[in-house]
Amino acid sequence: MHRRSVHLFALAAALAATPPALGQEVVRIAYIDPLSGPFANVGDAGLKHFQFMADELNRRNAVPGVRFEIVGFDNKTSPQETLNVLKQVVDRGIRYVTQGNGSSVALALSDAVQKHNERNPGKEILYMNYAAVDPDLTNSKCHFFHFRFDANSDMKMEALTTELAKDQSIKKVYLINQNYSFGQAVSRAAKADLKRKRPDIEIVGDDLHPLGQVKDFAPYVAKIKASGADTVITGNWGADMALLVKAAREAGLNVNFYTYYAGFAGVPTAVGEAGVDRMKQITEWHTNVPSKELERVNAEFKKKYNLDWWFLRVHTQMNMLAEAMKRAKSTDPVKVAHQLSGMRYMTEFGEVEMRAADHQMIQPLYISTFTRSAARGGPKDVRFDVENSGFAFRTDVRIEPYVSAQPTSCQMKRPPK
Amino acid sequence: MEFLVIQTLNGLSYGLLLFLLSAGLTLIFSMMGVLNFAHASFYMVGAYFGYQITRWIGFWPGVVLAPLLVGIIGMLVERYGLRAVHKHGHVAELLFTFGLAYLIEEAVHLIWGRAAVDYSVPASLDGALFTLFGSSFPLYRAFMAATAIAMLGAIYLVLTRTRTGLVIQAALSHPQMVEALGHNVPRVFMLTFGGGSALAGLAGAVGGPAFVTDPGMAAAIGPIVFVIVVVGGLGSLAGAFIASVLIGLLQTFSVALNWSLAGLLDIAAPADTFLGEVLNLTLAQAAPMLPYLIMVLMLIVRPRGLMGTRET
Repeated sequence: MHRRSVHLFALAAALAATPPALGQEVVRIAYIDPLSGPFANVGDAGLKHFQFMADELNRRNAVPGVRFEIVGFDNKTSPQETLNVLKQVVDRGIRYVTQGNGSSVALALSDAVQKHNERNPGKEILYMNYAAVDPDLTNSKCHFFHFRFDANSDMKMEALTTELAKDQSIKKVYLINQNYSFGQAVSRAAKADLKRKRPDIEIVGDDLHPLGQVKDFAPYVAKIKASGADTVITGNWGADMALLVKAAREAGLNVNFYTYYAGFAGVPTAVGEAGVDRMKQITEWHTNVPSKELERVNAEFKKKYNLDWWFLRVHTQMNMLAEAMKRAKSTDPVKVAHQLSGMRYMTEFGEVEMRAADHQMIQPLYISTFTRSAARGGPKDVRFDVENSGFAFRTDVRIEPYVSAQPTSCQMKRPPK
Repeated sequence: MEFLVIQTLNGLSYGLLLFLLSAGLTLIFSMMGVLNFAHASFYMVGAYFGYQITRWIGFWPGVVLAPLLVGIIGMLVERYGLRAVHKHGHVAELLFTFGLAYLIEEAVHLIWGRAAVDYSVPASLDGALFTLFGSSFPLYRAFMAATAIAMLGAIYLVLTRTRTGLVIQAALSHPQMVEALGHNVPRVFMLTFGGGSALAGLAGAVGGPAFVTDPGMAAAIGPIVFVIVVVGGLGSLAGAFIASVLIGLLQTFSVALNWSLAGLLDIAAPADTFLGEVLNLTLAQAAPMLPYLIMVLMLIVRPRGLMGTRET
């Protein structure tokens, strides 16, 4: 008995002594996204992106004396659930939060973070939004502790419709989107942009379907077919996108798809040959934008998790966070936020800027078309396929940051430095 | 015309799949007098078994074996679970199946994870059956419908033309008398429960590749199946059939119709007011709600359902 307690004591002492001896501080980042339900695959892939980046930064010792740790929380794509999760995050003393899937969730989370920060000075939480693109988040609902690393929906639609307008064969456009703030924003922007750029184009349909509930898109596809549309614009993501193109392929629907999220979460697999030359997406990056660093990241990520790298912005976001901590010489969210606000950061694809006025990232975007990979007889520069499908995306046009940047109505209150 | 034909076929194939599910549920209901809340879970288990067997051996063995395995599980549940709580009355049975549904969902989480699995249509059934005015109708949907019709025929024959069927029918309405005649009624119950579960399993194994195989599939389809059983009339197979096809067609067509109250009344309702939003709500947007609306109306107007015999 005595002997055993001595052992335990020694062990406890060793455990307690290890972290301070190295002088390391652990910065935990709460990752709040769906890890169950219809969008579990999307949330899971996001979590792996962040874990990979945390490992990278730790290995590189990017912020001396700081070790990053990602803590995954499942919010089931539900705003209510997200607020419960945020309480846990606060209780566990986590000061950094990142989320991306669902602008409905992002609006609730951003609001809760803002209120928490107002009521708990000294315990502020910094919210890094890596994918929720409702324009309101950086306009009427903006605040100092919310940073969006993705281009917002209006910026993407502006670019996408400029490209679409060039194709004179397009006469009839059908809009199909998810029925929540983001899907409605896509539909609104598409109609406004097309009216301005190509008034001759007729909008032959404007559908909003329940988010993540539709398992069979065949009736919607029959409706699109009946409308005589030659082009579909959709902001659908995850299962809603994969099932839509699957139903379109099965019904032989022969239209162009202008999309936000065609390269991810089972969509390339579901569309296959039917999407070649017809399906376009707007993203900040895809696997065939030449890049040494991302080529390495993609290869290592694939080896580790058997997934393709999709979110360049997670790479940029984590690097910028590390940079901000280095510049602030602190991990305090208020000091770090002041560094992030207005930060310019050089990536392999050009300089990006976290615009100080509204904390909207201004970055280059790419419009790309679905095509066969080089190995499958496609163009030579399509070197990296996605989902091992033999298909990938090829850049049509690069959109410079100043082109997609839009004015903001954000009136931000800044805490003292 | 093209639209009408394709939509009708889509609606029929979906409705027939719903029938596979509701047939078992309504049989079990007429037997035990209790709605089996775990029924949709058997559907999910059928899909996951189908997926797993497809990965190990192939799709066809999966479609045959998965329902049989689900049937065996159903029989075990009846024999060692339901029969034990039966003596405590219907409420206990109801709660038992309710708990079972959660148990099955968690088991699926543990074994196959929380994300959807890749259970896809086999190459031999991938493709178009025929092309009509440029729209193709997927072969797999036809296969789904054919399976359901074949099962409908088989159930009908078994129930009306075989001795076992006669005993089942008799045991449903007069269990004491059948027992007095020397038949093993508990065993008949067990077989019927197993058979109903197997039908749900078959629906899962066939429906999984057509839709999505994920842990949420039971919760997604469960309420619709209850609607069908209530609308068709509790315990009536023919009613379940009519209601399934009806709901299948309704869900398919309502998605496609942009009718709204404002359009119907031919007025321009302002979009930014609450009343305007209600008036401008299209049938397509209200589609997910319609089956439940029909159920409520049915319960008000005709509580025993289309073909039901008792007032419940």
